[in-house]
Amino acid sequence: MKVSYKWLKEYFDLDVEPKVLAEKIERTAVEVDQVTRAEDGLKKIIVGYTLDVRPHPNSDHLNICQVEVGEDEPIQIVCGAPNVAKGQYVIVALHGARIKDNVKIKRSKMRGEQSNGMICALQEIGFDEKVVPKVYVNGIYVFPEDSGVKPGEPVYSYLGMDDDVIDTSVTPNRGDLFSMDGNAYEIGAIYDKKLTLNHRQLKTVDETDNIDDLLKVKIDAPDDVLAYQMGIVKNVTIAPSPFWLQVRLMTAGVRPINNVVDITNYIMLKYGQPLHAFDYDKLSAKEIHVGYSPDQTKFVTLDGEERSLKATDLMIKDGDKNIAMAGVMGGLDTEIDDHTHTVVIESAIFDPIKVRKTARYHVLHSEASMRFERGINPATVTEALHEALELAAQFGDGKAVKDQITAVKPNPQAVEVTLDLTRINHVLGTQLSVDEVTKILERLQFTVQVTDETFVVTVPARRWDIHIPADILEEIARIYGYDNLPSTLPTGSTTIGRLTTSQQVIRGVRSILQGSGLNQAMSYGLTTAQKAKLFMMQSSEETKLDFPMSLDHAVLRMNLISGLLDDVAYNVARKEANVALYEQGRVFYRTDGTDRPTEVEHLAGAITGSLETKNWYGKEAPVDFYQLKGIVDLLLHDLNFEESISYVASKEYPEMHPGRTADIYLGDKVIGFMGQVHPQVAKQFKIPETYVFELDLQAILDAPKKIQHYDPISKYPAITRDVALLIDQKVSNTEIVAALQAASNRHLEKIQLFDVYAGKHIPEGKKSVAYTLTYRDKHNTLTEEEVNKEFEQAIESLKKAFKVEIR
Amino acid sequence: MGLHEQLEELKTKSLKEISRTDGLKNLEDIRVNVLGKKGPLTEILRGMRDIPKEERPKVGELSNHVRDNIVTAIDEKKAELEKAHIAKKLESETIDVTLPGKPVTQGQPHVIQQIIDNIEDLFLGMGYQVIQGPEVETDKYNFEMLNLPKDHPARDMQDTFYITDEILMRSQTSPVQARTMEKHDFSKGPLKMISPGVVYRRDTDDATHSHQFHQVEGLVIDKNITMTDLKGTLEVLAKELFGDRFEVRLRPSYFPFTEPSVEADVTCFNCMGKGCSVCKQTGWIEVLGAGMVHPNVLRMAGVDSKVYGGFAFGLGPDRFAMLRYGVDDIRNFYQNDVRFLTQFSKKG
Ligand SMILES: [Zn+2]
Repeated sequence: MKVSYKWLKEYFDLDVEPKVLAEKIERTAVEVDQVTRAEDGLKKIIVGYTLDVRPHPNSDHLNICQVEVGEDEPIQIVCGAPNVAKGQYVIVALHGARIKDNVKIKRSKMRGEQSNGMICALQEIGFDEKVVPKVYVNGIYVFPEDSGVKPGEPVYSYLGMDDDVIDTSVTPNRGDLFSMDGNAYEIGAIYDKKLTLNHRQLKTVDETDNIDDLLKVKIDAPDDVLAYQMGIVKNVTIAPSPFWLQVRLMTAGVRPINNVVDITNYIMLKYGQPLHAFDYDKLSAKEIHVGYSPDQTKFVTLDGEERSLKATDLMIKDGDKNIAMAGVMGGLDTEIDDHTHTVVIESAIFDPIKVRKTARYHVLHSEASMRFERGINPATVTEALHEALELAAQFGDGKAVKDQITAVKPNPQAVEVTLDLTRINHVLGTQLSVDEVTKILERLQFTVQVTDETFVVTVPARRWDIHIPADILEEIARIYGYDNLPSTLPTGSTTIGRLTTSQQVIRGVRSILQGSGLNQAMSYGLTTAQKAKLFMMQSSEETKLDFPMSLDHAVLRMNLISGLLDDVAYNVARKEANVALYEQGRVFYRTDGTDRPTEVEHLAGAITGSLETKNWYGKEAPVDFYQLKGIVDLLLHDLNFEESISYVASKEYPEMHPGRTADIYLGDKVIGFMGQVHPQVAKQFKIPETYVFELDLQAILDAPKKIQHYDPISKYPAITRDVALLIDQKVSNTEIVAALQAASNRHLEKIQLFDVYAGKHIPEGKKSVAYTLTYRDKHNTLTEEEVNKEFEQAIESLKKAFKVEIR
Repeated sequence: MGLHEQLEELKTKSLKEISRTDGLKNLEDIRVNVLGKKGPLTEILRGMRDIPKEERPKVGELSNHVRDNIVTAIDEKKAELEKAHIAKKLESETIDVTLPGKPVTQGQPHVIQQIIDNIEDLFLGMGYQVIQGPEVETDKYNFEMLNLPKDHPARDMQDTFYITDEILMRSQTSPVQARTMEKHDFSKGPLKMISPGVVYRRDTDDATHSHQFHQVEGLVIDKNITMTDLKGTLEVLAKELFGDRFEVRLRPSYFPFTEPSVEADVTCFNCMGKGCSVCKQTGWIEVLGAGMVHPNVLRMAGVDSKVYGGFAFGLGPDRFAMLRYGVDDIRNFYQNDVRFLTQFSKKG
């Protein structure tokens, strides 16, 4: 809320610098967005009086004005505003003036005529167009008669531009700070000052009418209306408000409209009580109902928009006819206009949730709805109405009907909260005394009764946010000052802080991948419907947002790879050819018939280009299947599974290269896959040859791990045998190794592949592969004979299994 | 010429020859020539038979002396020649030590991960556990259990992605508080936890907004936890993450799940408190929200608020990273440009 410093000073003597006050508010109550003084940066802007206005001879829209500016001679100013006329008090920026945005005004010639300054619109000296009275939006501002301005004097104090405005950001609990009264109570508590409220009494009344003869009010929805009062002012002349009120509204960010509407806004700012004014003569039934309308009833609001109502929108009706959306916005049909004669003013409290729902549904967040949503002080519903009626009578030169209708009586209830000193000091960690606490509560103008060390605090209705001891604790803490609290650390019984095994494994996995050259990426969990279901490791229903903000982030991902490929594309598009990324995060699988997906931790990686940076001593090797497999293998090996890892060629992934993809098995369970992204998919992602893997990290975490124990290092030497084979291309390494192992029973320790070759000198469809077989007896020295025998058996078994030529 | 003279002459001649030699091969030749079986020394010693018996030891001593002298000279010369030879060889092996080393590529943890790990390690050291919660939450845990009933105006503070009326993308990590409190057995001791994770909000992505970001939630519940403990803990956190020169100040705020609620500011990174455009001239930057856990939250989680109480705090690693490193666009964290990712080397 924009809090005027000048206005605050009407409540008490305030001898604090506005900036200091703002800082204090921020430290004690609510955040302050900024403190502004409208005149800051402006220079030489004064009141002028147009003595003479004549059309410019060389222009069809300019006028030459002789303007009195408080000097011996009037000055000549060429003005292009359509509304400039003789006999106006206007805003003049003199030669050398600075107006909005630090624009400098200089003497100049306009189409041959001397112009010694500029006659300004309010926007030109920094006013927001939203607060400028409608008649002056497209022209210069003209001071009204009652402004009392004198030519030659600076405009700032007249227009409230010398006021300091503290713009607070009110938290949802502090609805009381959406009023000047509320702010005054708060600042009074901060500075320990008693305030004077200037609530006007209703005096300008006409005794003749009985209000019940003029209007009836029926509450059809009693649960949703917490207070409802109406008053009437007759014989009102609609006119602009007094100048002081217009200035006050503009300073608070509200546009002056006419005296009646301005009064309702003024009262809202002062008391925090939104009011609504209806034109009595536009009511046909003269019977107000507060209730509901059928779904999709059409209703035109004040802003000229036609709205389709929901059956749950609380409405104000005249007979059957809707005339306002309760607490949100009035209707166009009953608005106050220049011909309004009799005014009905409504002062009410509606159910905050009702107002909130209607405002949200129709996206109509008004100053009124914002206040109703956060609560209204029930203690001032009537006072606010009375002051509004009195002002309307005064400013509109009419009379208020002596009584008001109270359809639902406001029910201001003070709340009693009991708490004791021990509790206060126990929670706050302070050593406050009974006196200190009492003093703080009294500054807040709460009534306190102390018995021993127990406080019974009576909280007035204007602080409807306070109900329980914790609320009082907060009041004490913030007025006492958080800076005055000491700093300690929790004591009490010791707890052990440690990562769980899974958390440790995840950290380990990340560091292995980083050690292998992959950077950690973080992608979005929400993606497109199409990308969400690529590279799926299991079948799943998709999980969609109800109202996504954009189709790019509408569905929960069921794979990590597609996000990484987006990242690869982003990099490649920026000429980063070498990209190596991994991501650890969740995918979301959902089974049909359930709303909530299961979240599974996954781990994925993507590499393209080369893992080496360009260097001077050799060519950088492009990434390939086996490079990625090396990384995956290192990762999985480090996890020390009880069961063994194997890779089985797979053509099951439509997004993967059918000849270069493997399922990764742990025992007989698939825990992931790896391989080359299908060239066509790569093309869609706009990426070059890219290799990826994705693993079910949860399965990895859950899988049984080997219990580690020491394996004695053998003292006996190993004996090796090399064998080179010419074999069918189609026979896989796994098959060959299996065949070699099948026959080599006792001493075969290791089979190491050291060469694979196909091409020149090798028959079509064949390949040459070479292995080193290592034999060792852990307890004896192996003899050549033993080794030869085992080796020959292995070769024989190979020959039996495949068509193979030993080379 | 007597044996004496012969030996002396041999010595002089040999030493001269040795000193003149410039090759290892020549030196070896000299050794073989002089000391070998057919060499002059052997020859001279054969003459021992011809001298009187009593002079023999003296001559023998001399001949040993000459021999030693020559051997030493050869050894010394050999060492000298070898040294020169090695020096020459090494000279020819000289490389440009300023050429770049063979690159060993190492990936980096994401900068947000680094901050999260940093926070985890700090709190692990203070006896906290790290607990993860679901990213897809129920309205009950994300809001209701946190004292945010349906249609509470404070729900506006975090516009939420819904999947159904009751299922949503969590808008905060705070639901982990409620879930953990419900499960915790307080008879076994206090609850001290932090919970890092991803959260989602209905926001249009731009330089300062992201529909996805991270939070770290912290919670301590015990019998004697005070607001001063909260203040002290936040100070430790700020100093750990930003450095010792950073001060913390608390300001009143509002969160439905804490009462009292505070926001914590730290000294502005940019101006160190002097006031600048980054901190809107205040010298302070808001970094986290905190407070004493609301009795309703305790009650809903089945914790007796008369006996137990505590504090909670929540902070945003994305925002921390932006402040600490001057990152001006939050989208950088999720675009994964390698030139961005590799800028933040893990320290210590
Ligand atoms: Zn700063």
